[in-house]
Amino acid sequence: MKGSIGPVELTYPFGERAVRALEAGDAVAISGRVYTGRDKFHKYIADGGRMPVDFRDGALYHCGPVVVREKGADGELRWSVRSAGPTTSVRENPYEPDFIAKSGVRIVIGKGGMDSATLAAMKRHGCVYVQAVGGAGALYAESVKRVAGVSLLDEFGAAEAVWHFDVVGFRGVVAMDSRGRSLFAEVAERSARALDELRSR
Amino acid sequence: MNLVERLVGLIRETSSSLPTDVLAALRAAYRREDAGSSASVVLRTILDNCALASKTGSPLCQDTGTLAFFVDASLRRKVSPDAIGEAVAIATERGHLRKNTIDPITGKSYDDNRAEGAPVVRYVDAGGAAAGHGRVTLLMKGGGSENMSRQYSLPDAGLGAGRDLEGVRICVLDAVQKIQGYGCAPGILGVCVGGDRATGYEVAKEQLLRPIGVRGRRGALAEMERRLLEEANTLGVGPMGLGGKTTLLGVNMASRPRVPASFFVTIAYMCWACRRRTLEI
Repeated sequence: MKGSIGPVELTYPFGERAVRALEAGDAVAISGRVYTGRDKFHKYIADGGRMPVDFRDGALYHCGPVVVREKGADGELRWSVRSAGPTTSVRENPYEPDFIAKSGVRIVIGKGGMDSATLAAMKRHGCVYVQAVGGAGALYAESVKRVAGVSLLDEFGAAEAVWHFDVVGFRGVVAMDSRGRSLFAEVAERSARALDELRSR
Repeated sequence: MNLVERLVGLIRETSSSLPTDVLAALRAAYRREDAGSSASVVLRTILDNCALASKTGSPLCQDTGTLAFFVDASLRRKVSPDAIGEAVAIATERGHLRKNTIDPITGKSYDDNRAEGAPVVRYVDAGGAAAGHGRVTLLMKGGGSENMSRQYSLPDAGLGAGRDLEGVRICVLDAVQKIQGYGCAPGILGVCVGGDRATGYEVAKEQLLRPIGVRGRRGALAEMERRLLEEANTLGVGPMGLGGKTTLLGVNMASRPRVPASFFVTIAYMCWACRRRTLEI
């Protein structure tokens, strides 16, 4: 994928071959179905809860959106997404390797990256981690063209529910690929060496 | 327009539009990064997000954060905690703020973002403003960045940091390297040298009210601000921690007296979404 112009377009369902072809550093634009799921959802699944939707060849987004219920021009009540940026992914480290194995998910979207156990699960099952831009909530809300549904809303509340988003051109960067590369690990190592040098000045 | 509506307007504006100094720093960072790099992609996304939020009035980040109002003491009667609380409740209902206030014991949400101690309201020295006139400044700081703030106690043998300005420098660089992109880099640092633990955090956070590029009042600290900004940006953490030339947008420092036994260095980490705005009344 190196040397390609513009982002790599990925469309749901995300096939294993397309996902395994991605390399750390690739810019991507995701279109199609994306499900949100964060802290309460991960714990619920780990505790034996029923999978509310089918994640096979799908995308899981670590996100707690601002969503309001409002009347459209036709007078129908519908969900409107105001802001939908990523939340920090490390909190899901204890759950994600099992979740990847169990759900068949191909893309995990979040911010900050995940640990080596998750990286190993991604390599084994054919999954990548896409870094969304933390704080870019308005832009990501605009890429959500439709809220197709919501699961576990009563149980978890709006910020923790599993939202069914249909997105177009959702932007991110592949930060952990299915070949065992993590940009986060590389940057942490390089910056530690740079810090040593600054300290000895 | 009545006062409460003006405060609602302040909240909406703060939540949807970054201050001009922060936007200028982000644009300069975008120009500095190599075209096509992850850093460049991230900064382009950030700038597009800011333009969109500013146009639509939507929250630019869904974590609308801890709301801290700094109110001139000359406005104590007019801009009461009740008036501010009412504005916060209205702004929440209209979707300018997320339901973001949780009771730590029961886990229940205060759905209008009002509770004892929330929002944070502080009355500050008005600098001679007449009663009924003055400024209200709102700072919104998200949890992802707040989680990254930290405090060091000197000397720190592990870091090789002693009780002097050089030791302060080592602490700040260590913090930036440890935080990586987790606080939504490129960030802005508010640093307090000295003070006790509580005032250290308070004063460090107050430095985030100062625009980027306005240097500290003490010469030695102003010099250290420049140096730390330059050095931190050689660490290569980059926007959102994916590597690059821009790890920090600014460093703002201040000092407070310490007691002989203590020497704290306190760092308030602010994400790039540094939402601050002032209303004149």
